[in-house]
Amino acid sequence: MGFLDTLFGRTKPVQPKLDDLFALPSAAITLEAATGFTPTGSGSVCFRAVEGKTFSDIQAEVRDLLNMDAGKPGGGLPVEVTKDSYGFTWLVSSHLSDEMDALVTDLHAVNSALVDNGFGPQLLCTLVAFRDEQERRLALVYLYKRGTFYPFAPTSGQRRDNALELQVKGAVQEDLKIEQDLTKWFPVWGAPGL
Amino acid sequence: MARTRYAPDRGLTVRMTATMFLLGLVFVAFVALIIGILVAVHASAAAIVFFALIFGGGTAVVSLFYSDKIALAAAGAQEVSPQEEPELHGMVDRLCALADMDKPRVAIAPADMPNAFATGRNSKNSVLVVTEGLRRRLEPDELEGVLAHELSHVAHKDVQVMTYASLLAIVAGLLVRFAFYSELFGGGRRGNDQNSFPIILAIMAVSAVVYAISFLLIRLLSRYRELAADRSGAQLTGRPSSLISALQKVSTGMAKIPSQDLRAAEPLNAFYFAPAMKLNGGASLSTLFSTHPSLEKRIEQLEKIQRELGQAGPPQ
Repeated sequence: MGFLDTLFGRTKPVQPKLDDLFALPSAAITLEAATGFTPTGSGSVCFRAVEGKTFSDIQAEVRDLLNMDAGKPGGGLPVEVTKDSYGFTWLVSSHLSDEMDALVTDLHAVNSALVDNGFGPQLLCTLVAFRDEQERRLALVYLYKRGTFYPFAPTSGQRRDNALELQVKGAVQEDLKIEQDLTKWFPVWGAPGL
Repeated sequence: MARTRYAPDRGLTVRMTATMFLLGLVFVAFVALIIGILVAVHASAAAIVFFALIFGGGTAVVSLFYSDKIALAAAGAQEVSPQEEPELHGMVDRLCALADMDKPRVAIAPADMPNAFATGRNSKNSVLVVTEGLRRRLEPDELEGVLAHELSHVAHKDVQVMTYASLLAIVAGLLVRFAFYSELFGGGRRGNDQNSFPIILAIMAVSAVVYAISFLLIRLLSRYRELAADRSGAQLTGRPSSLISALQKVSTGMAKIPSQDLRAAEPLNAFYFAPAMKLNGGASLSTLFSTHPSLEKRIEQLEKIQRELGQAGPPQ
């Protein structure tokens, strides 16, 4: 925030950074080679729904758009819309595990629909899920406002496997812009699609 | 870029600028008058002014650097870790990620009074405090609205702005007191200095007037900052209506609180979500002295934001 904004008590809503998301497919390949984690094919976009009909109309439009080619080859399953206990909305898109490109395209469609309608500041994060042979769960979380990724590996209960997260960070930091400030690696317990 | 759904309120900016300009003007006039008085009579009272400046400046610096610790101690609040309060931390985490700001520390005060405040000179040193009473009474989305309001205070660096704004009032207030005591205790000893009495009196009078004016201006500025925090908070969550209902719950809850709690809460008032002290003066007088805008005014603004966010297309 600039000096004037501080002086006048203004907050400029932060616009999301979208482009870095497209680095995910190549990072997924690197991740599999280095750690054995493979994409589950599901990913989700988390945003803060604005009250009122305008926003819910846009949300419905996006859902219809994504569902248009559901069931067709490469189209994935119909999207799921859920609301978490914090009041944030999650759009979950499910594809086959080797359709990473299609998944990212889906996620990007949600982003651009919100941004085009002026609701860009409402985007919180995108999450792409991974699993390894021991069924350990892992997500790469993309923070829209910072344009950075961080790994999130929940274990049982509200615990996270920090060692695994740091290992993943090391594995993919060539491909993805990793969030360097560890305090921003906030947990997304019970995130849909994980 | 279509971003005007989240337009700043130009009127508010203009009013805030005017207030700050007036404060600056009073400050300059004050310094000029004091220097003028001292020069006119080659005076011995310079020491008093000097001490008031040092003391006032010192108080401001201390309160700026220790505001988080002072406020935590005054409210009896305990910092809580994410493990202890995952829900509350999760809420703050998400809001901070949405606003792209550093996460402040989170604390809970045992008070039953429903309220919240944020303090600390910058976002790295800030603490966000909510009372048990607030958590008991509000629904999660209302609590989130209050947290967003407090985070906006942090983002706007309101503790710093208000401390600098209060500096003048602190110095002026100290001068009145120092001048008074020096007359009381020191006047007799300096029998040879016939000039001293009128000078001290003049400094006292000027300081008292400056104190009164800057006090009113600071209160006005505080009200504007509250409106600004309401606006940013509501735009952050996208749910002005949650903040409205939180405000209504907290304000009606406020009236039932016993007066002892209210007095104890007074020093922290400027950073609270809702004023913890009700003034019993006439309607106009209490508006003038109040640190927070009236409930009606705050709701009116939030309803306007509600309409802006709901507009069919983003105005370019």
